Order: sequence, then structure tokens, then C-alpha cells
Amino acid sequence: MPLLEARGVNVVYEPNRGQRIWSVRDVDVTLEQGEFVGLVGESGCGKSTLGFALTRMLRPPARLSGGVIRFDGTDIATLDGEQLRRQRRNGFALVLQSGMNALNPVRSVARHFGDILKAHARPGDDLSAAGVRRRGTELLESVRLDAAVLTRFPHELSGGMRQRVSIALALALQPRMIVFDEPTTALDVIVQQAVMETIKDLQRERGFTAILISHDLGVVLDATDRVMVMYAGRIVEDQPAGVMTRGLHHPYTEALLDCYGDPRADEVRLGGIPGTPPDLSLPNAGCSFAPRCPLAEEICLTTDPPLSPLEEGRAACHVRAREEEAINVG
Amino acid sequence: MTVITSIPPPEAAGEAASVPAGGASSVPLPLRFVGRALRTLWGNGKARTGMIVLGLIIVVAVFAPLIAPHSPTATTFTPYRGPNATNLLGTTGNGQDVFSQLIYGARVSLIVGLCAGALATLVAVTLGLISGYRPGALDEVLSFVTNLALVIPGIPLMIILAAYLQGRSVWTIVLVVAFTSWATGARVIRSQTKTLRTREFVTSAVFSGERLFRVTFREILPNMTSLVAASFFAAATAAVLAEASLEFLGLGNPSTVSWGTILYAAQQQNALLTGQWLMVFAPGLAIVLLMVSFTLVNFGLDALSNPRLREK
Amino acid sequence: MSASDVPPLELRGVSKIYHVRGRHRRTVTAVDDVSFAVPPGAAVGLVGASGSGKSTLAKMITGSERPTAGEITFGETSVGRLRSGGLRRLHRQVQMVFQDPYGALNPLHTVEYTVMRPCQNFLGMSAAQARRRVGELLETVGLTPASQFAAKLPHQLSGGQRQRVLIARALGSDPGLIVADEPVSMLDVSLRAGVLKLLAELRRERGLSLLYITHDLLSARLVTDELIVLNSGRIVEQGPTKQVLQHPRDSYTVQLLDAVPNPFTAEAARDRKTVSTATGRGRK
Repeated sequence: MPLLEARGVNVVYEPNRGQRIWSVRDVDVTLEQGEFVGLVGESGCGKSTLGFALTRMLRPPARLSGGVIRFDGTDIATLDGEQLRRQRRNGFALVLQSGMNALNPVRSVARHFGDILKAHARPGDDLSAAGVRRRGTELLESVRLDAAVLTRFPHELSGGMRQRVSIALALALQPRMIVFDEPTTALDVIVQQAVMETIKDLQRERGFTAILISHDLGVVLDATDRVMVMYAGRIVEDQPAGVMTRGLHHPYTEALLDCYGDPRADEVRLGGIPGTPPDLSLPNAGCSFAPRCPLAEEICLTTDPPLSPLEEGRAACHVRAREEEAINVG
Repeated sequence: MTVITSIPPPEAAGEAASVPAGGASSVPLPLRFVGRALRTLWGNGKARTGMIVLGLIIVVAVFAPLIAPHSPTATTFTPYRGPNATNLLGTTGNGQDVFSQLIYGARVSLIVGLCAGALATLVAVTLGLISGYRPGALDEVLSFVTNLALVIPGIPLMIILAAYLQGRSVWTIVLVVAFTSWATGARVIRSQTKTLRTREFVTSAVFSGERLFRVTFREILPNMTSLVAASFFAAATAAVLAEASLEFLGLGNPSTVSWGTILYAAQQQNALLTGQWLMVFAPGLAIVLLMVSFTLVNFGLDALSNPRLREK
Repeated sequence: MSASDVPPLELRGVSKIYHVRGRHRRTVTAVDDVSFAVPPGAAVGLVGASGSGKSTLAKMITGSERPTAGEITFGETSVGRLRSGGLRRLHRQVQMVFQDPYGALNPLHTVEYTVMRPCQNFLGMSAAQARRRVGELLETVGLTPASQFAAKLPHQLSGGQRQRVLIARALGSDPGLIVADEPVSMLDVSLRAGVLKLLAELRRERGLSLLYITHDLLSARLVTDELIVLNSGRIVEQGPTKQVLQHPRDSYTVQLLDAVPNPFTAEAARDRKTVSTATGRGRK
């Protein structure tokens, strides 16, 4: 049984009276135990919102307006309050973008560990100061931090260290799934590389299921087994990571890939994507990417393409679906 | 994707994805903001209640001559009477109609509340902006003065000032109240100024050649409007109570008609003992209602600046 | 200002030392004995990770901070010793493009107001003249039709559009040197090419000098002719951009190159991409 099975997830965001923005539209996500999946997209595509929705962390004015989210068999979309808390105890954790925002500035790192262990205590847990310290040291070691960090306060740590502390806190309850929401976006490239290595190692060693949300396709392809590309609230492509740089893809994915390059190459040319993403407060007819797509045809403007097989995964594109069929038939 | 050989045209002249269509309109910017602010306030349940109650009190104050059955100062009625058909709330020791006094009293409480609040906020904003913008000697001096003003207890200071000031009028009260309530606002605005000062658009304005005055008043202050508005309502709330307290203690002009003087008269004639409890209850309730309406509007102002507090 | 008018920017032995008070007293050397020059019309990149000193250098060059030692000169003007009046005069010539396109724009001011101000303050234009210039500038940065963008507020624009507004603002005073501090790092990747190419083109057409500060080597490669690599406040490598990137000598440079997230390896990149020119020199 897959660890996470979400069907028809819809998230609506209502910042003002009468204003509705559909940030996530009809998304299905299936995760097997131990998979490391990437969720990639640009600003406003809904990837963070989806991550929050799957971990039931949405806050007003955003809300889950439809869908089933089955975590280990239990539909958590309908849970609330105490039941949801208990699910969290052994279920899933969320690591946020900026370590500073996730950590309480007036509490030391040791207190953070104490808080989380006590909030989800099980009989037999050693919650004395020494016990918390021991567990804290263990966890900090697993993220390559020295035990001395326990007595520090968040503002005394560098960005990379704060992010590692956030990861250690997420590991504290030995969750089966961790969602990383842009964990390295606020860090510079060198620290980013180090933190991503740590995340990859941890995932390999401990085998938890992980979702990596990022706008950086390079980071995602380097770390994950499978990549889902999001655009305008929908998943437009879902492929194994190794296949992404070869073969045919959804035009948006190809355009994104074009935006990267190797600074060492003899000649470097960078692509961009003209146009803007669609207004998510309007329901859309047809493919959301069509206005910016070089391959767009009549049907793209009128019918929303479903996810259909492409290469070793799936993509939501009429043109590619037709080509793939032709290859398979021919 | 085909090879791009020229600069990709910038994103079409449209809105960013999640912002609804706005476009250029002929309504000037500040008015548009006020319009939007009022609409958001109205959408907030607490603020709406506050606005309605406040609106009613304002209507009563403005149309007092039409609403009050009698003149508030005419001493033509039998003194010390309880509520009856002619005098809905009874009469004072001088034979004046309490109900009419209550109606006319709204004027003084509103004027003092709003004016003293405005004056206190003006002082707070000026000092807070100056103090917060440039760290240095001036900031140290102003902070010290502010802290001093915060530490001295308000009511005793007011009492002393009111007692010694010549000329007892409503405006004396306004000055005294404003003088004792600017400090909290100044502290808050100073903190916010310090925060905003580090924002990049302030640096950008300096790079655009703006001088200190323009940076403070055109860049920083407009981004603090909901804070200033909130300070104003807080100061106004305190002012209403302070005014009533001063009048009640007999430090105002006894010939003024205000809710505080009704309470003063009630105290003088031992209204509770003589069974004229409405004479105490009614002005007290009125004062509370006015203060609560200000506070409720203030809740709405919080929601204005923090969209997450907006009710669905 | 044409290429011949732009003075060179020179740094000689510049250092910046901070004294940190509080619980853990210490001195922090943010910049250690840095010397380099930006010749008129050149595009120089300052690369390094956080803590390398590049942002501190940017602040010193634009007059927001004073060097503890050394000299910074922009032509005849000694930048390190300027006070408010002199700084304002400096800003006419040395402008900055900021990293956070949203934070650097006052959310309450229209695009027109933001871009008008430097024209009025530095070029002494009247409001009407300034508005006309705003129209020209918006066209230059690709925000067309200008009349439609002039009335917009920051939240109505996308990240790339906001950054273009910031560039237009920086051009308002007709500067000789633009210091761009991570101008694209907060933009979506699909929007970066446009802004980078705009910077490159502006440099070519107006003969501006450009100091490009970043940790992202890919964008540095596209925009700069010369690259300076900083590590912990010191210059560890310097040279023509392509050469530094293809034949790095310092281990820190190698580390930076390795850390650039890249969906392709160098091999695949060569296979997949067609060859065409990058920036600046030669055909467009």
C-alpha cells in the first residue's frame, strides 16, 4: 500500500471577501514508502501550498476545499484537533524554508527539542533534562552539528546551522514522511550543497519518504528519485529524475531546463519563458500553459490535457500525448 | 523550446498571477486606499459593530438639539426627581433634565476624545519618527523624555495640571489629556520607524536622492498608517475616560455639560443613596459604549494591516 | 554619460573591520586588503558565498559604509570620506540595483513615482519633464507600453517586472556605474535571462560600468568580462571570466563551481545546447 495517496486535492485561497484563488487544482499524488520525490515549479504555482495541504498545515485564508488524503490508509483530510496531532506523532513532519521563521527566537535549541519531545511523549520516553540532552545530541549529530549547539539560541547560528536544527527537530519523532519546503532557498550555494548532501544521506540511511519542494530544478534532479513539475496549480509532468534531461517532455519542463546552463561551457546561452502564469482567480479552459507554449494548438486552448504516458512517466500535454502514441503504435 | 536569439519580451502587461484585475483608474490613490480600508473594516464583524455604535453616538451628538427633549442647562424642573415621563432619567439637584444632559454630553466626550487623541497622536508621531530615524544624541534625549513621561502616573499628573491651570474650559482638558497620553504612541512609532528604516525601499529612496524629510514623511510614515490609526484610537479611548475622570473629580468646568459632569453632580447629590441610580448608570454606560466602539474599530484596523486576521 | 565620461572605480588596499559587542566580543574582518579596478565601460563580477565580504564591499563602494583602511575612488572623488551632501552627489553617478525586487520598492508608490524621483532630484527636472523621461526609461527596460506600467503598484507586477522597474530607477540619474547586488537571485529562473540580457545590453549601449555581485557563477558568466573571487574577505582569484571558470586555480573557486546546481553534467550540456553567442562582444 502506498504511504501517501492523495486524490483530487483542491486548495482555495480567500484573502478578501469575494476574492477566490484556486492555488491547487485537482492534484493526485501517490508516494511509496521510502521514495524521495521532488516537487518543482516557479512562484505561485502552488507547490508549497500543496506541501502544506498534504501535511494538513494550511492556515486561513487558505483551505482544503476538496480531496482525499490517505496517509498509511487513514484519510487525514477529515481529521482535526487531537486526532490530527496523534497522526503527526508518528506520521509526518514539515521542514520549512527559513530556519529563522520556524525556530522560536527566545528559546534555546535544547528547549526546542524538549518542547517537541514532550508534546508527543510516549510512555517510556526519558524526558528529564539529561534525557532530552542525550536525544538532542544524537539528533544534532545526525545532521552533522556539534552538541554545543544545544545551548545556543537561533540568532546565534548561521543560516545553514539553523536549517540543520530544523531538520533535526523534524527527525525527532522518527516520522515516516518529511516534507521539505524550499529548505535551501535562503542559503548560499556552498551551504546549500552541504545541507542537501545531509538531507540525501539521511533519507538513504533512515529510509523515510520525502518530498522536496523547490523552484530549483537542478537541486531537485540531483537529490530525488522522481520529479513532479507543477504549473498553475496542476501537476503537468511526473518522471523519474534520471530521465528528465533526455528525451521529450512537457513544453514547460523543457523551457525550464533551458533556463539552466554550465558556466564552464565554451558557449553559454540562457533561455527564458516569455509571458506570465495565468490568473488563478479565474477558472481556466484548456491547458494553462497554452498561452506561452510554442507547440500550442487548437485543442490546447479548449481542453485541459489529462496526465498521459510520456517517456517513463506522465505529462499533461496534448501534443506530446499524440507523439507518444505515434511512437508506440509505429 | 526553440532557440531564443533575442531578449524575450518581458511578461505581458498583465497582473501577477494571484492579484485580481485592478488597472489604472481615475480615482486618486489616497482615496482609493481609504475606500478599500473602509470596505475591509466593514467586512470585519467587530469593526462593523464599532463603526455602527460610533456612528450612532456621532449622530446623537450632532443632532442633539433635535433629539433632546429639553435644554440641558434649564433649571426649570423639580430637583432630585427620579425617572418619570418628562425627565426620562430624572433631574439633578439644580432641577436640570439628566436625559437632555446625556444627549448633549455626547458632544463634549466626542470632541475631547477625538481632539485629545489626535493631538497626542500628532506629538507621538513627530517624536517617534524623529527618534527612530537616526540613532544618536537626539534619539537618546527623546527616548529619555518619552520614558520619563511613561513612568509618571497619568491621572495624578492630570489632576495636578488641571488643578493649577488657569481657565477651566474643554480645551484645557484636551491639552492636559493629550499631554499625558502621547508617550505610549511615541514608543511604538519609534520602534516601527526603526524597523522600517532598515527596509530596502528606504535605502532605495536615499539612492534616488531623497532628503531626510521626504524619506521620513513620504516613505516611512505612509507605511505606518494603520499603526498611527491604531495609536489614535487607543489615545482617543484613553482620552474619553480621562476627561470623564477629570470632570468627575470636579477639575473641569462645572458649567460644561458632559457625561463626566453628570457623574460629578450625581456624586455631589449622593444619587445612589437617593435611589437615582440611573443618573450614575446612564452616563457610565455611555462612556463605556464610546470607548468600546473605538476599541472595536481598532480590532478592525489590526485586520487591515495583517490579512491573516481577516475573518472569512 | 558616454563611455568616455565614465570615471574608473578603483579600490586600493580596502579593509573593513567590525567590532562586535555583546556576549561574544570579537572583531570580524569582513574585507581584508582588497584592491581592484572597474575600468570605464567594463563589467566586473564579484563572486563569493555569504561571508565572503562582497556585500560589505558593495556598501563601501556606494558610500553606505566607510572602509576601515584603504581608499576607494571613483574618478576624482574619494568615496570613503563622503558625508551626506557628497553622498547624494555620488549617487548621481553610482547607482545600485538591489537584490529583493519586492522589498526595494515602496508598496504604496506607483512605478512612475519611484522612477521619477531620481530624475527630479539629480537632473533637476520638473514633474512633467520627469514623467516624459520615465516613459523613455520604461521603454528602455522593456516595460512596454510604458503608459500602462507607469500607474501600477509593486504588488501588481511580477518579480521580473519589479526588477526592471528597479533598473529603470537606477538609470534615472544617468549614472556611470551600476552596482548590481544579486539582481536575479530572487527571481524565478524563467525570468532571469531577460533581466541579465537587459543589463548586458544597457552596458553595451550606454557604456556603463557594471559591478555585478553574486554567488551564482552562471549569471556572472553571462554578464561579466572579468571575475574576482572572494573568500572570507580576501581576493583568491582574478581574471577574465571565461578563463577563471574554465581553468580555476583556487580551490574555493572550484568549490563554487561544484556547488552550482545544474541539471546536466558538462557533457550533456554540450550535447544538448546549440552554440550561439553569450553577451557583449561581437554579434548579439
